[in-house]
Amino acid sequence: MKSYIEPEFIVKRDYEKCIKCKVCINECTYGVHYYDDKNDIIRSRDENCVNCHRCVVFCPTKAITIEKNPTQYTENSHWTREVITSIKRQAETGGAILTGMGCDKPYYTYWDKILLNASQVTNPSIDPLREPIELRTYLGAKPDKLELELENGEVLLKTKLAPQLCAEVPILFAAVSYGAVNFNVHLALARAAAELGTFMNCGEGGLDKRLYRYGDHIIVQVASGRFGVNPEYLNVGAAIEIKIGQGAKPGIGGHLPGEKVTQEIAQIRMIPVGTDALSPAPHHDIYSIEDLRQLIYALKEATDYTKPVAVKIAAVHNSAAIASGIARAGADIIVLDGVRGATGAAPKVIRDNVGIPIELALASVDQRLRDEGIRNRVSIIVSGGIRSSADVVKAIALGADAVYIGTAALVAIGCTLCQKCYTGKCPWGITTTDPQISKRLDPDVAAKRLINLVRAWSIEIKEMLGAMGINAIESLRGNREQLRGVGLTDTELKILGIKMAGE
Amino acid sequence: MRINVSLNNPYSNDKVIEACAIFGMMDLSGRRFGFRDPVKAISNMRERSNGLGAGFAIYGLYPEHKDDYAFHIMYLNRNAREKTEKLLEQNFDVLKAEEIPTDPKAYVQSPPPIWRYFVQPKKSIAKNISQDDYVLENVMKINTGIRGALVISSGKNMGVFKGVGFPEDIAEYFCLDEYEGYMWICHGRFPTNTPGWWGGSQPFNILDWTVAHNGELSSYGANRRYLEMYGYYSTMYTDSEVMVYALDLLVRRHKLPLEVVAKIFAPPFWFEIDAMEPKERNFYMALRQCYGSLLMNGPFAIIAARTGEMIGLADRLKLRPLTVAIKGDLFYISSEESAIRLVAPHLDKVWKPRGGELVVGRLKTLKLLEIPQSGWEDEKLY
Repeated sequence: MKSYIEPEFIVKRDYEKCIKCKVCINECTYGVHYYDDKNDIIRSRDENCVNCHRCVVFCPTKAITIEKNPTQYTENSHWTREVITSIKRQAETGGAILTGMGCDKPYYTYWDKILLNASQVTNPSIDPLREPIELRTYLGAKPDKLELELENGEVLLKTKLAPQLCAEVPILFAAVSYGAVNFNVHLALARAAAELGTFMNCGEGGLDKRLYRYGDHIIVQVASGRFGVNPEYLNVGAAIEIKIGQGAKPGIGGHLPGEKVTQEIAQIRMIPVGTDALSPAPHHDIYSIEDLRQLIYALKEATDYTKPVAVKIAAVHNSAAIASGIARAGADIIVLDGVRGATGAAPKVIRDNVGIPIELALASVDQRLRDEGIRNRVSIIVSGGIRSSADVVKAIALGADAVYIGTAALVAIGCTLCQKCYTGKCPWGITTTDPQISKRLDPDVAAKRLINLVRAWSIEIKEMLGAMGINAIESLRGNREQLRGVGLTDTELKILGIKMAGE
Repeated sequence: MRINVSLNNPYSNDKVIEACAIFGMMDLSGRRFGFRDPVKAISNMRERSNGLGAGFAIYGLYPEHKDDYAFHIMYLNRNAREKTEKLLEQNFDVLKAEEIPTDPKAYVQSPPPIWRYFVQPKKSIAKNISQDDYVLENVMKINTGIRGALVISSGKNMGVFKGVGFPEDIAEYFCLDEYEGYMWICHGRFPTNTPGWWGGSQPFNILDWTVAHNGELSSYGANRRYLEMYGYYSTMYTDSEVMVYALDLLVRRHKLPLEVVAKIFAPPFWFEIDAMEPKERNFYMALRQCYGSLLMNGPFAIIAARTGEMIGLADRLKLRPLTVAIKGDLFYISSEESAIRLVAPHLDKVWKPRGGELVVGRLKTLKLLEIPQSGWEDEKLY
C-alpha cells in the first residue's frame, strides 16, 4: 500500500559546512543519513527522522538543522496536521498509534498559573548563602501524636515511628523500568540518588544485582506483571512501591516488546528471552481496595515491617476518594502521577486523553486527607511533568511531601522528548537495550549530569524558600498561603485552594 | 462539612501581618497585683504599637469563680448576642452574665459591647468528652457559626480585655484599675495590612492558654491547615491564633511537656540533630518528623501563659527581641528591657534568651507532677 504520510521533519544539511565525516550516519539509529558514494555526498531520508537532535549535536561542523516540514495541509484548526496524519496512519496500519513520554498537548499546566510569595518588610527573607535552609524530608506514615514517658528524669519516646525514607532533597527519580531503559541508565540514576541522598525508583522490571549495593537509595516497584519480584528484591530496596497506575496510561497495562527483552533483561524480569513482557491492566489479585490492603501487608510481612510501602496511582477523577482508601489500607506513601506523566510506550489516545492534571489531583487529595484527619498517616509524592525547581516548590506548597522527576531526569542525560521511546532505538542510548546503542550513555557522565541538575534545583529551592522567610521545607508543605493564582476561574482557584493574585 | 472560617473576619481573607510590643509580668508567689506596672511597661514601648490594637490577659482574675469557665465574648452586632446566649443556654449552665463595665471617657474608637459569662458545661450534654474539649467545640461553634460573635477568652479564673487603641487607652476603657491578678500578659499592636479592629487585637486565648505574639509566621499556612485537622479554626487569620491553638493541642491534648513543645515550635537544625547522641537524636528526629507542620517558621517572639505558668520563646533564628528578668518573686518577659527597667529599675537578673530557648516562670505553689521535667534539656527552669 502506498503510504500517504509525509515526513514530519526535513533534515537540512549545509553542504558548505559538511565534511562528509559520516558521524551523522553512525549516530542516527533510524537510518536517516546515508552516503551517496556515486556523488560523494551525504543525503537524508527525511521520512525516517524523529527530530531527536542526535546528529545535530554530534555533527562536528554543526552542518545539520532539522526543520518542521513546511508543507502543510490547508489550514484548519479542527483537522490539524496531527489529526490528519493519525487517521492516515491508522488507515494504513489498522492499529492503535503508539507514542512515548507524556502528554504534549498545550492545555492544563497549572504550575504556570500559580505564583509564589516573598517576604517584604514585616518578616525578613533569609539568605541561603549565609544561613541554613533545610530541605531534608522524611517520607512515611507519621503518628497523630507522640507519646512520651518519664524515666529517671529523662523524657523517652514511647511512640514507635513507622519506617521512614530520609531524602536530603524532596526530589526523587521516578520509576523507569529496566527494559524500558538499559543498565547504564539505571546505574546512573542509582549513583546519582546515592550521591544526592535521595532515591531512584527502579520501575517494574526488577533490579539488576549489580545495583544491589545502591539498595538504600532504591525504591523497588511491584507492578501488575510482577517482573523480577522476589524476596531478595523486596528486601534490598529502601522502600517498596506498588504501581497501580501510571499518569501516561491510566487504566491500561504495559507492553515491553520482545525485541527489547535481551538475555540480561530476561534474567532480571524472570521471563524467556525475546518474549513480550506484558503487564496486565489491573493487578489480577487486586480488584478492590481490600485486596490492595492484602498486598500492602503481604509486602510488609515479606520485609518484616522495616520498609515503607508506597502505592502509586494515576491522577484520575476520583483520586481524592481513592487516596483516602489507600491511606486507610495501610500505605505509607501515596504517589500521584498526573496526566503529564511519561512512559516508554503508550497508546497516544490514552496518553493524551485519560487522567487529570497533577496540580488539581494533588490539591484535592491533600485537602481530602486533611478533611478526614489522616494526612499525617501518609506522605504524598507527586509526579508527572515536574519541570523545574519552581514546580517543585509549588507542588510542596500545594500539599506534596516530595516529587518524582522522570522526564526531567532523562532530559538531563540527553533525552530530547522526540517521543519515540517505544521503538527501542533511542539514539541517546536511554530507552534502548541494544548493547551497541546503550554504550552511548556513559553512566559516569550521566550520573554527574543528574547530580548537577538536582543540586541546581536545590539551590533554587533554597533561594525561593529563603525569599519566603522559610528555612525548613516542612514549613512549606501544604502552605497554600504562599501561592496565588493568575488567570484561573473561581472553581479552579477553589479546587487548588489558593487565592487569586492581589487577594 | 466546610467551616466558614472567615465569617467573623470582616476585613480580610488574608492573614494579618503585624509587628508588636509584648510584655508579661508574673508574681511567682501567687500574690495578685494591679494594673499599674503592666500598663506602664507596655505603654512605654509605644514605638512598637500604633494605636490599632492592644490587649491584656489577666490570670487569677476571678477567684470567686475560679472553677467556672469565664467567657469574654465580643459582639459586633445585635443579633449575635441573642444567638450566642441561646447557644450558651442550651449547652451550659450560665451562672452569671453581665456586660463588662467600661469607661466611656477612654480614647477608643467604636467599641463593641463585650460580655462576660461564668458557665459550667451541661453535664447531660457533655458526655464522653472532656470538659475542655466540650468548651473548645462550643467556642469554635460560636466563632465560626455566629456572625458577629467572638469568644475572646474562655479559660478559668482568667480573662482577656482587648480592642483598638493604645494599651493605656484600652486599660482605661476596660477599667483595669478595678482588677487584680498574679500574672498579666500585655500586647500593643502595629498591624500593617488590615485596619485595626477589635476582634483582631491580641492577646489570643483558647481555654487556659493565652498568647501575646510579636512576629509573622511564614509557615502560617502550613500551621493553620495542620491545626484544622484537629478541629482548630483560625478565624482571625493571625499567627497568634495558630500559636495558641498549637499550645492547646500539644500541651493539653497530646500531653507534651512545654520543653518539648518549644522544640517543636523552634527545633534544632538537622545538622545539630545529626551530631547528637543516638537517643537524643532519635527523639528530636521523631519530633520533627511527627510535628514538622507545627514548626513556627519565620520571626516570632511569644509570651504564652496558662494557669500558674508564663513562658517566653523566640524563633530559632531569633528574629524578634525577647528579654527576661527577675526581681524577687517578680518574673518579667518583654520585647524590650527598657519596659522592665521602667517598672523595676533594680533587677536581680536580666538576660536575653537565645532563639528557640524556652523560658518558663512557674508559680511556686504549683504542683508540677503533671509536667514531666527532662534531664537532658538545656532550658533554664524557674
